Amino acid sequence: MFDQLSERFQNAFRTLTGRGKLTEANVEEALREVRRALLEADVNFKVARSFVEDVKARAIGDEVLRSVTPGQQVVKVVHEELVRLLGGEGEPFRMPSASPAVIMVVGLQGSGKTTFCAKLARYLRKRGKSPLLVAADTYRPAAQDQLEKLAAQLGVPAYRGAAGTDPVTICEGAVAEARSGGADVAILDTAGRLHVDEEMMVELERIRESTSPEEVLLVLDSMTGQDAVNVAGEFVERLDFTGAVLSKLDGDTRGGAAVSLRAVTGKPIKFAGVGEKLDALETFHPDRMASRILGMGDVVTLVERVQESADLEQAAKLEEKLLKQSFTLEDFFEQLQAVKKMGPLDQLMGMIPGMSKVGKIDVDEGALGRVEAIINSMTPEERRHPSILDGSRRKRIARGSGTSVQDVNRLLKQFETMKKMMKQFGKMGKTGKVPISPPFGM
Amino acid sequence: MRKRFSRLADGLAKTRLAILDGIKNALSRGPALDESGLADIEETLIGADVGVDTSAHLVDVLRAGSGERSADGAGGVTTLLAAEIGRILESACADATPEPATPPLVVMVVGVNGVGKTTSIGKLARRYVDDGKTVIVAAADTFRAAAGEQLAVWAERSGAQLVGGVAGGDPAAVAYDALDAAVARRTDVLIVDTAGRLHTQKNLVEELRKIRRVIAGRLEGAPHEVLLVVDANTGQNAISQTRLFDEAVGLTGIILAKLDGTARGGIVVPIARELSIPVRYVGTGEAIDDLEDFDPGVFAGGLLGVGGVRGGTDDGPRDDR
Repeated sequence: MFDQLSERFQNAFRTLTGRGKLTEANVEEALREVRRALLEADVNFKVARSFVEDVKARAIGDEVLRSVTPGQQVVKVVHEELVRLLGGEGEPFRMPSASPAVIMVVGLQGSGKTTFCAKLARYLRKRGKSPLLVAADTYRPAAQDQLEKLAAQLGVPAYRGAAGTDPVTICEGAVAEARSGGADVAILDTAGRLHVDEEMMVELERIRESTSPEEVLLVLDSMTGQDAVNVAGEFVERLDFTGAVLSKLDGDTRGGAAVSLRAVTGKPIKFAGVGEKLDALETFHPDRMASRILGMGDVVTLVERVQESADLEQAAKLEEKLLKQSFTLEDFFEQLQAVKKMGPLDQLMGMIPGMSKVGKIDVDEGALGRVEAIINSMTPEERRHPSILDGSRRKRIARGSGTSVQDVNRLLKQFETMKKMMKQFGKMGKTGKVPISPPFGM
Repeated sequence: MRKRFSRLADGLAKTRLAILDGIKNALSRGPALDESGLADIEETLIGADVGVDTSAHLVDVLRAGSGERSADGAGGVTTLLAAEIGRILESACADATPEPATPPLVVMVVGVNGVGKTTSIGKLARRYVDDGKTVIVAAADTFRAAAGEQLAVWAERSGAQLVGGVAGGDPAAVAYDALDAAVARRTDVLIVDTAGRLHTQKNLVEELRKIRRVIAGRLEGAPHEVLLVVDANTGQNAISQTRLFDEAVGLTGIILAKLDGTARGGIVVPIARELSIPVRYVGTGEAIDDLEDFDPGVFAGGLLGVGGVRGGTDDGPRDDR
């Protein structure tokens, strides 16, 4: 599903990037795909609608249509706007200052509150704080046991009060305990409900009132569907939470709920939960999230890098050579250098849509190095006319580059194949694009 | 057939209101749907988590039906939609679970973290107990802190026996021991709880395969049921969950949990349409009796306010929570 989407998206943008001039209709067509991507990522439909309208206004404006590369400009606008909506630079978690400070954690049942509380305790302790974990979920069977066990795993104290104590009293007792017991942050793990209800909100309001927390963090399951707007809306209205945590982001959810949350509340997303282990807590990055929601890998960064490193003049020369079929090993070598300038290959692969989901790809940087060494060991004459490479020349090159004759043969064969392919590309017409395909298989 | 008050209509209340509202808006320009009205309805369905493709399909059905008088007005639109959604859900339905040749009936329950697996198992156990069966639940979630304790509470509430494991122990071993115990005690039903895991975690999914293998090796034909619990609040990721769990352990059905009044629940429609995995049960609340058989027609009717559940009530006694 993911790859399919990526592909559709790329196609929509390819029609854009392929054109010198854009019409309003082109932009609209691409934005339809954007809307679809947002909806498939579970961005609320109303939020998606207004987002696309905003982007359209910017995309049809001067800035894009007059630019040299309008297609890429649209991609950039979409991405930029989404990053902005998700929080721009991001707002990192500020260490609590009061002593003892109170951090209250709220959310629906199953969103991952208890696990997050433990992760936060670990995070704070690593930064020199002494946290106290407070088990104030008296409803779910064994929720308090769960928090106590996690606290024991971390070696952090836990507080649960006497059996039968109500949550408000537990929290008040915990703050007093923190004050006298030397803890400087009390983390309150409150009860969740199936959905936002009056009774729950009243209880949370009372806890908030009586403990004056410095932070109230809403934990939201990143797989939440269209209802995320209501959950976020209710919580912000009643509790005015100070920040959000997106949990379970280690799966393949695209996480559009983050956009809904931001659009409705404007509150910063401070953390992302990325696994069950207690160290699986990350700072939230709006830019990464935007790429994920759009299902486009880190295309923007990729586009920028290609732009940065591509020498347009050189590319034009190369195209001419291709058409004249005079592409040589020298040109091939230049292409390799251009690819290398863009950054480590495995990193580049990760930016290609869909690739990151395939799993880790082993790119053999060493193979590339060998190719370079082989070409470096050739004379300029040999590079320009590979046909003169007989057995003894090949042996010399292999020795010179520290490779084997088989390696040299393989490279020459791949070069010939590539040349043939390029010839076909050349016949297909001037695309203006140079297919770069270094022989990874070596 | 047990006499049980249906809370399904309540569970779908908010979704139904939103959809009916959307249809009303779409028809505000006249009794027949024009393209912009169809677009409104498509958005409304997407808003119920029905998904982009399936919503488009449903709107195609409406478009094809327009022009016929029976398709006019809100009544015509809701009837057409309910019929198509009912048909999609029905098409995924399988026959009832066959009685196992030799007891126990083994039910394995899987799902991602926090969807309500343990609670659903408590409710499921209660249903079997109410039917006069003996039930063992196996606490094969040895990973999450205090998961065993939580299941023990539910086992007690439901009147089932519990076979536990040690924290951090091998879940497959727990399943094996529990199956051994169930065979020895001639228990009717064994329900195996497993740790929540994301469907993308390869090693954890592999662990699930192993549990399944061990069960199958101990008793031929087992597990007879492999149920995936899906949180009704989940969006389109539920499709990926269903697909990957099905590939790993072969699902026989879905328990739709937390359908409690605000959750959308529309996600079961694309799951049925794309993957043909039937929904078997619906969890509608927090009480132990809040688990119902899934009925495609009733569900489709509940979503659109047509059929027996229009008023939102049903006859029958109502349990107090």
